[in-house]
Amino acid sequence: MTVSYLIYKLILVLIVFVISLFVAMYSTYAERKVAAFMQDRLGPNRAGPFGILQPLADGIKMFMKEEIIPNVSNKFLFILGPSLSMLTACMTSVVIPWGTQLTINGKPYPLQITDVNIGILYLFGVVSIGVYGIMIGGWASNNKYSLLGALRASSQMISYEVAMGLAIIALVMMTGTLSLKEIAAQQNGWRWNVFYQPLGFLIFLICAFAETNRAPFDLPECETELVGGYHTEYSSMKLGFYLFAEYINMFISSAIISTFYFGGYNMPCLGRFVHDPNMLATLGVVFMFAKIFFFIFFFMWIRWTLPRFRYDQLMNLGWKILIPLSLINIVLTGVFILRQDIIHYFIK
Amino acid sequence: MLTNRSKIVAKKELSLAEKLYFPAILAGMAITLKHFFTKKVTINYPEQKREHSKVYRGQHVLKRDEIGAERCTACGLCALACPAEAITMTASERKPGEEKLYREEKYASVYEINMLRCIFCGDCEEACPKEAIFLTDRIIPSNYERGGFVFGKDILVEPVNDRVDVSLRQTEEVREFKKNKNYAHNI
Repeated sequence: MTVSYLIYKLILVLIVFVISLFVAMYSTYAERKVAAFMQDRLGPNRAGPFGILQPLADGIKMFMKEEIIPNVSNKFLFILGPSLSMLTACMTSVVIPWGTQLTINGKPYPLQITDVNIGILYLFGVVSIGVYGIMIGGWASNNKYSLLGALRASSQMISYEVAMGLAIIALVMMTGTLSLKEIAAQQNGWRWNVFYQPLGFLIFLICAFAETNRAPFDLPECETELVGGYHTEYSSMKLGFYLFAEYINMFISSAIISTFYFGGYNMPCLGRFVHDPNMLATLGVVFMFAKIFFFIFFFMWIRWTLPRFRYDQLMNLGWKILIPLSLINIVLTGVFILRQDIIHYFIK
Repeated sequence: MLTNRSKIVAKKELSLAEKLYFPAILAGMAITLKHFFTKKVTINYPEQKREHSKVYRGQHVLKRDEIGAERCTACGLCALACPAEAITMTASERKPGEEKLYREEKYASVYEINMLRCIFCGDCEEACPKEAIFLTDRIIPSNYERGGFVFGKDILVEPVNDRVDVSLRQTEEVREFKKNKNYAHNI
């Protein structure tokens, strides 16, 4: 634990932080563009060339807006809500392996902020705290719509976390580790987990949509019924934080999906053309981001294709379909892992 | 049952493939992706303008004749024909020496069209016996105040050096139509 090591980690933290904010910022722009393109429109194209300064303009607008805190609200919790949302959204990126490692002057510089050996548990812990941001915000607003939105959000997130966790258990059984670095490293070549865990991947994907409160599971903030859901009373940058946290969550979810099921930074056949390890690591980061961007696009694609679920449908899907399915998936995975022993038992 | 057109609505149970929803979801995603790459129908308005039809009815113009004298004689037929009562005018007598300015002895000293009332039906243009008022393909610009939409002669009368082309609305057929005494407004 030298000083240079600490400085390196600090710089890495800063870079990851800035990148996730930057990606989230441009996700808002991408969302508007994707929405427009899928509806045969052009989307924002006035601020700068192709409208690329639109996120900045939106940010400035958010800051300039009058900040309203309702008189009857609990002021401390009212401010804590969006802060907590933002904090948890930014915390998850710590354990994600963005690449293998760079070797400069014989010293290894891993491209992961920290390799916790219980990485998956950490992820689940932080994601679970995320629901507090929404609940506290909805509760503190002292508004029926906000409260209903917050209740929906919390029940939705809690019920889908179960299925998500069970899907991950099957993955952990396959890989035999809780460290994200290990999981990513095991998937070199074509050994991506999605080919061994297609059902688990599907369950995880659906739950990721529900966890990030994105369509078709955006019940906590459905405009048509609940005005704005948990953020009805919010204005100015506090509202901006909530919206921004959703986009950061989308980015992180995409990163987690690619790490868990799509080989993370691995790209098959890449090693045949590139031999320099540093170059390979850099290209790995590039491919990681390519996968992430694809999944961000996928999130948006789904949002502008599917209509919103009804609340009872949402709960039915979560409890009656996804959880039994993920349990079956665990059993199937167990059978698959022990197939030699089972065959041996019957054949002798 | 009397008309034999009633249909019995059956609430069919979904098949397993339909219950899984995935075929339907994939079909929906294919549709949205197809639209992602299709040509967009939006045009960038101030830079590109959608072409109007040839006989688009936009902002009015009060025409001058060949030597630049105003054609309008303040007869009031346009105001009478106007279903929205958007046109008002004040008639005045031409003074000696103003022959180059006004075509006939009587002219409109004030001629106002309230563009908020106007419905751009073109009846004023049909009613005019002097070929003085026409609708053009120009769009009424926006304004912050109601008063700004009452267009007076300063806006309506065409400049001497910058004539407005109304040949499309002044065809032989139109002239014939205006002479036809069978129509009430031409008597």
